[in-house]
Amino acid sequence: MGETPKPNRTRTLRVGNLARVEGEGALYVRVKGRQVEEVRLEIFEPPRFFEAFLRGRSFTEVPDITARICGICPVAYQMSSCQALEAALGVQVEGPLKALRRLLYCGEWIESHTLHIYFLHLPDFLGYPDAVRLAQDQPQRVQEALALKKTGSELMTLLGGREIHPINVKVGGFYRVPRKAELLALRDRLERAREIAQRTVRFVGSLDFPDFAPDYTFVSLRQEGEYPILGGRLVSNRGLDIAVAEFEQYFHEEHVAHSNALHATLKGQPYLVGPLARYNLNHDQLPASVQAVAREAGLGSVCRNPFQSIVVRAVETLYACEEALHLIDAYEEPDPPSVPVTPRAGAGAGCSEAPRGILYHRYRMDEQGLIAEAKIVPPTSQNQKMIEEDLRQFVAANLELSRPELTLRCEQTIRNYDPCISCATHFLRLDIEHEP
Amino acid sequence: MPRKQRKPTLAVWKFASCDGCQLSLLDCEDELLAVAGAVQIAHFLEASSTVMPGPYDLSLVEGSITTPHDALRIQAIRKNSRFLVTIGACATAGGIQALRNFADVEEFTRIVYARPEYIQTLKHSTPISAHVPVDFELRGCPISKGQLLEVISAFLHRRKPNIPQHSVCLECKARGTVCVMVAQGIPCLGPVTQAGCGAICPAYQRGCYGCFGPQENPNTVALSAWWTQLGVDEAAQQRAFRTYNAGARAFSKEAERHG
Ligand code: SF4
Ligand code: SF4
Repeated sequence: MGETPKPNRTRTLRVGNLARVEGEGALYVRVKGRQVEEVRLEIFEPPRFFEAFLRGRSFTEVPDITARICGICPVAYQMSSCQALEAALGVQVEGPLKALRRLLYCGEWIESHTLHIYFLHLPDFLGYPDAVRLAQDQPQRVQEALALKKTGSELMTLLGGREIHPINVKVGGFYRVPRKAELLALRDRLERAREIAQRTVRFVGSLDFPDFAPDYTFVSLRQEGEYPILGGRLVSNRGLDIAVAEFEQYFHEEHVAHSNALHATLKGQPYLVGPLARYNLNHDQLPASVQAVAREAGLGSVCRNPFQSIVVRAVETLYACEEALHLIDAYEEPDPPSVPVTPRAGAGAGCSEAPRGILYHRYRMDEQGLIAEAKIVPPTSQNQKMIEEDLRQFVAANLELSRPELTLRCEQTIRNYDPCISCATHFLRLDIEHEP
Repeated sequence: MPRKQRKPTLAVWKFASCDGCQLSLLDCEDELLAVAGAVQIAHFLEASSTVMPGPYDLSLVEGSITTPHDALRIQAIRKNSRFLVTIGACATAGGIQALRNFADVEEFTRIVYARPEYIQTLKHSTPISAHVPVDFELRGCPISKGQLLEVISAFLHRRKPNIPQHSVCLECKARGTVCVMVAQGIPCLGPVTQAGCGAICPAYQRGCYGCFGPQENPNTVALSAWWTQLGVDEAAQQRAFRTYNAGARAFSKEAERHG
């Protein structure tokens, strides 16, 4: 049943609890006539104060603690922490240790992207409440998704000890490195994962996407010679090109009343981080084979439709499988498992590509290596303003949609970002109130 | 007409947490569809938009109570749940966010937020059992998938879950890991920490950091003496007991001794 918007009539959309997102959030939209008057993505995930209680902890404890910010992307937190602390300590982790970090991160990309594609986002496109209901109609598809996800988890478990809050990551490298034979044992499963990932790209590429393509400012890491995961320079499609250490001169966080997550802006403007940004700024770094699969699925070298982020995520999952195979084949066992670190006073910044986008950390520590100041800027807080902006534009362009349809599309718009509200959300209950 | 047997309903609830413990359920890739076949998932926001009204047969609760609103929400959930099981260190001991309990929350709010007046939070992060009766507490940060499946199946079959309360040390022995503290002088909380993880850390050449919380009757005093011999200073010992299970009694008491 369609609703024709009447001039001067106010419609309010309210979604009390977002579903199939990570963490807790809600949505409020107020429309008057054809004018979207207010959009608020409300994050009521209770504050957990990590930046405060990291003060006084030893740098050696930081990667274990920051992992606890998010159970969905703990590796990202561990990697950005380690890189920031290593910068402060003047050590560099290179060679096979760096390759192992990338391999562990590939595991997280596979696991997290697959979870988002099949469990959080796909049900919207197919009209299911969840993947379990989907599995009743399409068992093979869901079983393959679980196998793909499991391969990511296995990689994380081998390298990290377990997939949630890995215990094997430390400043300087690892506590124990795997034997080549242990990695080779995962090869067959990764080959199968790669096939499933390829089928996933083709399948999600065939979904119906609303016609929507805002003119975003994309921000991601970029480094010649590889698709960004661990580091590089911060770049945008509008000419930004800075070192990670310069982040805070360009990016600012503000605190708004309706959200417990801070809003970040780039020189006062909203910007987008995550798979879409990475893909658009680094398409040329993807192997030709992955580019070809992306092209077949209808993706050009630039994709501005956020609803197609599901396709980009699938492409990145495929990439992570290929990269993992490549890293395993090239692996040579390092000795020792970490580079030595000696505490000293200093400050350092680090940034890596969490599945949801860039994750920035900065620490200052004293001569004993105790943290004096910590700053953490997660992807969700960087995207929050952009999500609100998308909702504003999407609602304005689709006012003729029926209430259930508009609600679903709003939820989907939020899920495009895979926002992880633990870091900085779930079920969307939508009420539209009419004012006479 | 014969009555169709109703599947037991499962609800998953989140309070202050990282989502890791409930994610553990989705991480049971091999068993997920079987679990979903055995129960009716009635409320699990991370995984489904389906929201059924209570009462629920089994509620799994993740996270700790840190806001006035959550303190009320848990009461409603308890009233609506036949069995209520808390999952993870946050829900059973206040979690990592319980580090606020030893500090000034107003100062914490000022450090993290530019506009502290927008933030509503309690001075303490408390476990679920501090607010409502709990039928079973599953330890770990994060919980172990195997233990989670055991707890779910135990409650579905109305039996007591088989969860050991001995220390990580026994798991090291079972796994054949050489003691890292004896052989290499690496400080380890294994002797006072409850088993469940499978003794992962020592197998990866590091000491246990206590993410499963205190075992039954831990001798923390003896362990601290050992750590002192290994050259660990008082402040570091306090920090070791004040991490993911800072709010668990045996650990908080020991941490106080090293003030
Ligand atoms: S106990 Fe640990 S893994 Fe579980 S929700 Fe809390 S922080 Fe996350
Ligand atoms: S810290 Fe202890 S309890 Fe936690 S995973 Fe390591 S060995 Fe297991």
